[in-house]
Amino acid sequence: MIRKISLILITTIALTVNVSASSDGELLLKKNNPAEIKECWEGFNRASFALNQTLDGVIFKPLAKVYRKLPSPAKTGVSNSLENLSHLATIPNNILQGDFKQASINTGRFIINTTIGVLGIMDVAENFGLTGYEKEDYGQSFAKMGAGPGCYVVLPILGPSTARDAVASTLNFFGGDPWYNVTVKNDTQYFNDANYYTSKGTAGVDFRAKNYDSIENLEKNSLDFYASVKSLYLQDRQQKILNSKRVTNTQNDSDWEEIEN
Amino acid sequence: MSNKLISIIFILTIFSTNSFSIEPDIFVQSTVNRASKLLSENITKDQKIEKLKSIAKDTVDIQGIGFYTLGATRKNLTDEQKVKYTSLFEQYFLKSFSSRLAEYTNPEIDVQEKEILNKNYTIVKSVLKATDERPEIKIDWRVYTKDPENPLIRDLIIEGLSLARTQKEEFASVLNSNNGNINALFKTLEEFSN
Repeated sequence: MIRKISLILITTIALTVNVSASSDGELLLKKNNPAEIKECWEGFNRASFALNQTLDGVIFKPLAKVYRKLPSPAKTGVSNSLENLSHLATIPNNILQGDFKQASINTGRFIINTTIGVLGIMDVAENFGLTGYEKEDYGQSFAKMGAGPGCYVVLPILGPSTARDAVASTLNFFGGDPWYNVTVKNDTQYFNDANYYTSKGTAGVDFRAKNYDSIENLEKNSLDFYASVKSLYLQDRQQKILNSKRVTNTQNDSDWEEIEN
Repeated sequence: MSNKLISIIFILTIFSTNSFSIEPDIFVQSTVNRASKLLSENITKDQKIEKLKSIAKDTVDIQGIGFYTLGATRKNLTDEQKVKYTSLFEQYFLKSFSSRLAEYTNPEIDVQEKEILNKNYTIVKSVLKATDERPEIKIDWRVYTKDPENPLIRDLIIEGLSLARTQKEEFASVLNSNNGNINALFKTLEEFSN
């Protein structure tokens, strides 16, 4: 069974990766341009989106509403702790992307915050000058290696993704995420499956709470909420892959010049 | 009398020939202050919405955003359709914009710096300060500066995500779902605004 899954994974990756692609910034920008990403499974995606909206209404939104009422220090502690855990998947991706400096900074952050910062509740690493944490994942690493995004896909429960990112994220279950390894994959006396799934569920609630008003506002004011979420997700992915929040790096100004004509 | 007349003519000449360009960052800060003051007023939500619409009409290039949002489809419209679209888009935009902002009470936005892209565009960078319920948010403003005396906002980029671009892709989706039929988009805009 594992062999079969591995074969499917390798085939899909091979199809997604453009072998002749370079990691040149301009090419990276073009390849991950939201307008260029194909919508191959719109029927499935919209059905999956509707399912996720239902789950959100029943589970995440009510929990986020309660979570928002917690005192700020408690919410910050939870956020910090979840972010600290995410270093475990970020560090191997820093290395895969050749960013060894950031890998060592993030390793330092993880060690300091887990120990002095009491299991990551406090981000004391900032006081040691270890700042500027950005999450990295296998989808971003594959993109940096030249893999195109493939088609846009909305996964049940997990939400928006692309073919590349969905395939890449499965690496977390094949040894790529140390947190998964010590909780679910391997039988350790310190952690169990519940720790992993609780951390993932809490991360979902934390994200929903932080974006509570924005999501409500967007839903209320969208002509096509599905299309708005897709656009925002793909813009966000493009920025994360480019590691840039500068709008001039991710937008083509000719779009704006065109309306002058 | 002739001295008075000469003085008046002189003053009028100065005012009519002098042009006053407005710096984009100052323009954004004053717009933000205007909106922020209004949102903290003790008036009903409907009154706030009406006043916000008035601010948007003064400071946002609604027609420009409308054409950008329509993308390439704009080129295939007749003059009559363009007029209809402009009117429908304005109604849609004002409703969407004002109801989004009316939810906030006294938002604190600090303008930090600007980046001149070219003679037509400047990006003004600002920060919406954190509250107990949400973290700090970076907001960039794309200001259209072709007429330096009358700068206009063309896009808001929140944490790097462009609202105009999102809207453009949303409109494209509505058109795609209806085989590119512009009347379907008109109908959707009408339904939203009513």
